[in-house]
Amino acid sequence: MRDSLTIVIGGEAGQGLATAGELASRLLTRTGYNFITYQGYHSRIRGGHNTYALKICQSPLTGPEDQADMVISLDENTDAIDAPRLRPGGLLLAFNEKAAVKANGVSVLEVPFGELGSAREINMIALGLMVSALGLPLAGATDEVNQLFEKKGGSEKPLAALKAAYYWAEPKIGGKYQVSPAVPGHPGRLVITGNDALALGAAAGGVNFCSFYPMSPATTVAVNLTNWAAEAGLVVEQAEDEIAAVNMALGASYGGAVPLVPTSGGGFALMTEGVSLSGMLETPVVLVVAQRPGPATGLPTRTEQADLNLVLYAGHGEFPRAILAPGSIGDCGLLAAKAARLAEDSQGPVFVLTDQYLADCTSPIKPFDLHGFETPVNPLETHRRHEAELKPGAYNRYDHRVRDGRSPKLLPGFSDHLVKLDSDEHTPDGHITEDLDWRVKMQDKRMKKLHWLRERTIAPAYHGDEQADLILVGWGSSLGAGLDTLAELKREGRKAGFLHFNQLYPLDPSDWLPRLEKAGRVVFFEGNYDGQFAQLVRRECCFQPHMVITRYDGLPLTASYILERLEANHGVQ
Amino acid sequence: MEFNKTPIEPAWCPGCGNFAVREAVLKALNDSGLKKRDVAWVSGIGQAAKAPHYIETNFFNGLHGRSLPAATGLKLANPELNVVVESGEGCHYGEGGNHFIAAIRRNINLTVLVHDNQIYGLTKGQASPTTDLGQSTKSTPLGVLNEPFHPLSIAISAGCGFAARGFSGEIAHLAALIVEAIRYPGFALVDILSPCISFNKKATFASYKERAKKLPESYDPSNREAAMVQAAKWDDEIPIGLIYRRDPEDHPSLEMKIAHARGLDKPEVLAGHPPARDRLEAIMKQFVY
Repeated sequence: MRDSLTIVIGGEAGQGLATAGELASRLLTRTGYNFITYQGYHSRIRGGHNTYALKICQSPLTGPEDQADMVISLDENTDAIDAPRLRPGGLLLAFNEKAAVKANGVSVLEVPFGELGSAREINMIALGLMVSALGLPLAGATDEVNQLFEKKGGSEKPLAALKAAYYWAEPKIGGKYQVSPAVPGHPGRLVITGNDALALGAAAGGVNFCSFYPMSPATTVAVNLTNWAAEAGLVVEQAEDEIAAVNMALGASYGGAVPLVPTSGGGFALMTEGVSLSGMLETPVVLVVAQRPGPATGLPTRTEQADLNLVLYAGHGEFPRAILAPGSIGDCGLLAAKAARLAEDSQGPVFVLTDQYLADCTSPIKPFDLHGFETPVNPLETHRRHEAELKPGAYNRYDHRVRDGRSPKLLPGFSDHLVKLDSDEHTPDGHITEDLDWRVKMQDKRMKKLHWLRERTIAPAYHGDEQADLILVGWGSSLGAGLDTLAELKREGRKAGFLHFNQLYPLDPSDWLPRLEKAGRVVFFEGNYDGQFAQLVRRECCFQPHMVITRYDGLPLTASYILERLEANHGVQ
Repeated sequence: MEFNKTPIEPAWCPGCGNFAVREAVLKALNDSGLKKRDVAWVSGIGQAAKAPHYIETNFFNGLHGRSLPAATGLKLANPELNVVVESGEGCHYGEGGNHFIAAIRRNINLTVLVHDNQIYGLTKGQASPTTDLGQSTKSTPLGVLNEPFHPLSIAISAGCGFAARGFSGEIAHLAALIVEAIRYPGFALVDILSPCISFNKKATFASYKERAKKLPESYDPSNREAAMVQAAKWDDEIPIGLIYRRDPEDHPSLEMKIAHARGLDKPEVLAGHPPARDRLEAIMKQFVY
């Protein structure tokens, strides 16, 4: 039995690839496998070329793969485009053998799709082929299909196609691609995307307001919250544009809601004045920026990590902010809650920087212990606590005498104190001032909060050898790729380590910089052209890495991509 | 008196219409019987947008053009607050034009006061969205080439349930309109003729005084077609008063629609109500396999 296997299903939008993939992933979850799924799709509703990849492996935390062991083609495009991804020993289940691009050591088997079911059921045929090749129980697959199609009115035809494909495949490939399960038994695992996890974690962290303008790949964060709004007690508003979305969130925050604004780079670009307003008003807001390649419309449905600089510098003037970057689906949930807490406590903007790859990928994870999350953010509780601590005399929202810059934050309507917020420079009471001495005092007050944030920075996680010759450094969604790379280096007997950042700003280098300085070689890898995080570390910490591996072809970082460049450019000795 | 001026000296030019609007606003607030703590002001940027600094109130003085989204968020977060939005026509109809239409279409319960002086005052004399066609300004040496924005016609077309016009020279009349606007349980617009004495030599106090004519008592503001005629009038006569009022029973506000959809009598206050974790746990369980 194999340790791992990557299957790519390719076809057109509208053929139901994701449904086949989701059913397979539920079945794999129930039968005790670890896996990750990730999608590549074109920006259209029908047609084009979409892929749904399923990597079954032993590790609970892994990254995507550029290569595949099996490609299931639901159209001729896939025969041509994805067949070259097959590794030696791989299998192409072709739509049209003549269209297939054949590589050495790859077997090709043409599937008589037309005989196995109608075009509508083509995704169920793909599922049947997978179930057979992986040696999964047919009964389990039929259960999944039944459950799904019962709700959609009739599972007869899908089941027929599933079974026809399964029995066609059994004598040819049945069980030949079996992977050993990683999690025996049935612990009950959560299968959700990064965006689902982010929405869930945010709500558990107290987020009860979301304003947004739809933009891939961030939209599903808001769609989830919309679906849960009535049951969980949230308000979600689709704004007329991104400028409205961020200003609505700030108004809601002033009123005592805990707001979240999901968007992607282009939409976020429109929000930057609002980010600056959050800094000036000292009004909490969580902004989720799900990155995709730019500039401008770029590649709307692909992935990149190129908006770090955008969120780092967004907004005119200087004000504190924090930038978190989840590395896994679990992180998406935990850091969304953490972001809400940091925004409330630092009284300003906090970013969650994710990307298309992480937003859309799924993996079975341990269900969140929602009751074990930190107490949800509750601005009314903040109001009551701060009101109880008020010094005698008039209430000043921007009392500059506070040691850490975090002045008493009350809500309008919950006491007789008037709460006055002003986007102009202001005196402690919130009124406009052009007194330049006040300007300096208030700017000092606000910037003290950056120090407060820095003291609470999440330290990066270090994996690997304590005494490492080579340390890889990555951030955000490349966690899985980094761990895969490290595992490969270990297999080769290298003394290596991997430092992964979940928080990109502010940085506190005290506990990790010495490690990098001691390492023989330090190699950063990032999903962008410029090495934006490496630049930030160089600027903030005066540290120069030996090499920066960058990827900006719209695909996520993978271990093979990183290893290839390590070897090609500098050799892995 | 519950509502008073602040001791801050306004940054307005002596003789500015804004002073009279403030008088009307204070009278309306005190006549309305509201408590200070239950009122919050949202404004944008410009001379009119400084208004909340000069009355004792809660306020959110945000960005140019963005007062309506901020006010929408505030009202959705705390529907028990009476939210008043005050800014100039450049802020509401120019920079914030998209938000103006969207907020009306939402029918969020806001009282929206627009100081309309047909000129950009704070930036010293450029054309505004309502400057008359052909009028020469610092930014339009050939005269204004664009058709002026017709706020009341556009508002009514977009579904606004309360559309009124007041004049800073008629303080009691304006105050009565503001009281009604505050009481209206939906988006209520009061476009206020308020002259800029420094930069608009055409739309002067005298010219407004001459042209502003109160609607007769016999006028029925519930007739939408008749209201469209009055809303469009902009010549020797400019009608002032309540031009259009739709029965709020037939036109529930956004926050009431949300509440009704959830089987509630009134909208929920979000402060102090984080999403219930047991509900979230139930939602999460749907994705456990």
